[in-house]
Amino acid sequence: MIQDSSMARHMLWRLLGLIPTLLMLITVAFFLMRVAPGGPFDSEMLLPAEIEANLNAKYHLDESLLQQYFRYISQVAVLDFGPSIQYKDWTVNELIGQGMRVSLTIGLAAMVLAFVVGTLLGIIAALRQNTRADYLLMGVAMLGISIPNFVIAPILILLLAVYAGWLPAGGWDWSIASMVLPVVTLSLPVTAYIARLTRGSMIEVMHSNFIRSARAKGLPERVVIRRHALRPALLPVISFLGPATAGMISGSVIIERIFSIPGLGSYFVQGALNRDYTLVMGVVIFYGVLIILLNFLVDMVYAWFNPKVRYDETS
Amino acid sequence: MALLEVKDLDVGFDTPEGEVHAVNQLNFSIEAGDTLALVGESGSGKTQSVMAILGLLAENGHMSGQALFKGKDLLQMSSSELNRHRGSEIAMIFQDPVTSLNPYLRLDKQMTEVLVQHRGLSKADARAKAVEMLRAVHIPDPARIIRQYPHELSGGMRQKVMVAMGLLGEPELLIADEPTAALDVTVQVEVTHLMSALRETTNAAIILISHDLGIVAGICDRVLVMYAGEAVECGSVDQIYYDPKHPYTQGLLNSVPRLDQPDDMELEAIPGNPPNLLNLPVGCKFRDRCPKAFDACTEKPPMQLDEDRHAYRCFLGDTA
Amino acid sequence: MTKQADRRVIDPFEAALEVSDVRGSSPWEHAWHRLQKNRAAVYSAFIMAAMFLMVVFGPMLISWEPDFTDWDYTSTPPSIASGHWFGTDAVGRDILVRTLSGGRISLMVGLVATLVSLLIGISYGATAGYFGGVVDRIMMRIVDITYALPFMFFVILLMVVFGRHILLIFVAIGAINWLDMARIVRGQTLSLKNTEFVEAAKACGVSDWDIIRRHITPNLLGVVIVYVTLTIPQVILVESFLSFLGLGVQEPLSSWGALVSDGAQDMESAPWTLIVPSVFLTITLYCFNYIGDGLRDALDPKDHF
Repeated sequence: MIQDSSMARHMLWRLLGLIPTLLMLITVAFFLMRVAPGGPFDSEMLLPAEIEANLNAKYHLDESLLQQYFRYISQVAVLDFGPSIQYKDWTVNELIGQGMRVSLTIGLAAMVLAFVVGTLLGIIAALRQNTRADYLLMGVAMLGISIPNFVIAPILILLLAVYAGWLPAGGWDWSIASMVLPVVTLSLPVTAYIARLTRGSMIEVMHSNFIRSARAKGLPERVVIRRHALRPALLPVISFLGPATAGMISGSVIIERIFSIPGLGSYFVQGALNRDYTLVMGVVIFYGVLIILLNFLVDMVYAWFNPKVRYDETS
Repeated sequence: MALLEVKDLDVGFDTPEGEVHAVNQLNFSIEAGDTLALVGESGSGKTQSVMAILGLLAENGHMSGQALFKGKDLLQMSSSELNRHRGSEIAMIFQDPVTSLNPYLRLDKQMTEVLVQHRGLSKADARAKAVEMLRAVHIPDPARIIRQYPHELSGGMRQKVMVAMGLLGEPELLIADEPTAALDVTVQVEVTHLMSALRETTNAAIILISHDLGIVAGICDRVLVMYAGEAVECGSVDQIYYDPKHPYTQGLLNSVPRLDQPDDMELEAIPGNPPNLLNLPVGCKFRDRCPKAFDACTEKPPMQLDEDRHAYRCFLGDTA
Repeated sequence: MTKQADRRVIDPFEAALEVSDVRGSSPWEHAWHRLQKNRAAVYSAFIMAAMFLMVVFGPMLISWEPDFTDWDYTSTPPSIASGHWFGTDAVGRDILVRTLSGGRISLMVGLVATLVSLLIGISYGATAGYFGGVVDRIMMRIVDITYALPFMFFVILLMVVFGRHILLIFVAIGAINWLDMARIVRGQTLSLKNTEFVEAAKACGVSDWDIIRRHITPNLLGVVIVYVTLTIPQVILVESFLSFLGLGVQEPLSSWGALVSDGAQDMESAPWTLIVPSVFLTITLYCFNYIGDGLRDALDPKDHF
């Protein structure tokens, strides 16, 4: 069918475009790390020269920067991120595997929460435009966007964990209780933004001519909303999911620190401070690939929602 | 009983600059099988009066008066009550098919919902009827077209789809708002013929909103001329075109180029501008531009009723 | 100016047009009107003005120095009696004066880094939009690629790599945030280039320079103002993230982020050390967001991002 091949061509085109992005990501991160003054072994006790030379050779730090770069690219191509410099017994792949499970769980849960709650609140506010419910919801949403997560988190911990004792103040043991606060705090600003976005978009759509046409056809209002208004209203939200994920990943660094969660964000910050090149690179690439793939996915979902886009590329 | 009887319709809008009076004390009626044209410039209130009747006014709009459809007042109905009539007994064809069709839905979904909602047909039956209707409006290969999105069609086809959608519910009253405005001439003719055919096959009444006097002459029986939200003249097509009584109507007809005039003849424009709807003048609203205005025109002129139901709002007697 | 020959045609025509009795208003007047009606934005503007005054003049008027340790009053809650109206922290430093002087840093970073991203963004965006074609496509591709990357990571890397000098923070944050500005400016420039009123101006013989001055710049201005106002809180937020992680401004300078971080450590025993800077930070972000939102609605009500 015409529709299917246009979607397929669209996907292929987009996939090809990802490669330069990936390359740039790796290159920038690589050279940035190397430019940092200080090497991975500086903070330890003074090592005798030969041991230090051995270590440098083991991690190929004695080669020229360009050589190291190409060696690294070839390793990454086979998904080998090398050994961690700081955590001597672990490979980066293993560390990422561990941290990933935690971070992805939190991230996914937060994203789903943000999308569901955000769009729901936004639609309610839009349908009750300029009433008290609308002002209240949007005022709270603005607060959600404005309060940094490192302000909300301690306050929530204080109220719900320390004073009330309902939830743990930190740590991670895969129990629902330990998940609640991190997931909620992580999703808060995104939920708030999605709520505002949905409301604005919904209001605009409800004023379009084709909604007027739908009403003129005698369709009940809930059918008009569900069948005619919802899809176009959600388009900007779907577009936003890409940057929203990037934002959440940035936010997770803080959340993991506050709640003492052994996720990738913590590994990253530690690695950066300790000049653990391989670990830092591994995390950056992992997250970068994740974001790129997610943006790709979002693009596809958007094209499915908005048929006009599918034809632009191929015409 | 008249199919639709509009009495003393007033429509206004609240804006930051004040209240815009779009329609003032409009009265008309239409019987089954009639074709009535609402004629006037942009801003004369033709579209808004119809929007008010169908309950489609913008949020800052308000209306008063009566719009009796088969005896029941549409203006007093809630949306759910109105929904029983909209789309089935009263159908509307909008002016701009680009924005009036939902760009995110395929045509079959948009077309079949009227039948599914009002006639209780299954989706398959509704789709079959819709395809038939597309064929009837001369759209080629309708079974394929109906699976497409609006932006994949040409402008003329989109308008024909809108006409088809309006006719699907088998309405007793069809309201067409400038259905030919965005089209090139050949398609205009087609659409006009479609509407004439409708008159003949069903006994539907048609309200045609247009500023194109040529189209109006083609299919309408009666004409209502509007100016600044008011009806200024109403009569049969022959009466209006051959014996216009109101100076505005006369001015309108004089400004239309005609085939039987010499090529280099200058068109007479009506001097001046339409009045500001925020601040309407007292008395006759046309007086500032009227070549025949005199002292009495500062008072509101009465609607004079001639023999043969030819009405016009002016102080002057026979102004021909 | 319009050419002489063209004026000779236009003038009699203009004289023949009747002047109506309605006084039109310019889009700026319209926008100002709409903005004034937006109560949230107006209140926020007043609060921000007050905040600026407090932050600039407050530390001068308060008797305590930000790093003065008052050993008589460590970890005391807010009280008028002790002279520390907002309490002290664990080593006896007055919270109010620390918050206000921390505010100086936070706001300064906000303004300067926004300026940096403004300059980069406008030049980049206007160039891409003006030249169009291949140049535009390449430049925007770069923006797309950069947009997809987790910027926070790069800022952290930059901080780790180059140390925590305050100038660097301005540049780093600004360099990360210019993307949105570039996109918006480029979009505006592109669409403005092709508008009918620019075409009409060219048809009337208006010079290119005048077109830029009278038609393009005022339209760019609106959009730029909105984004500047919305970028400031973003930048303040990024800086506070960094400070919270310990990667922001160095002692003895302090910013709201660092103060919140310190406060979070002691929050069980001295919650006011957390609450006071949090409230100041939140109010600032909240108000800037409302002002930016109000400006956006006022200048172009259809333009919802």
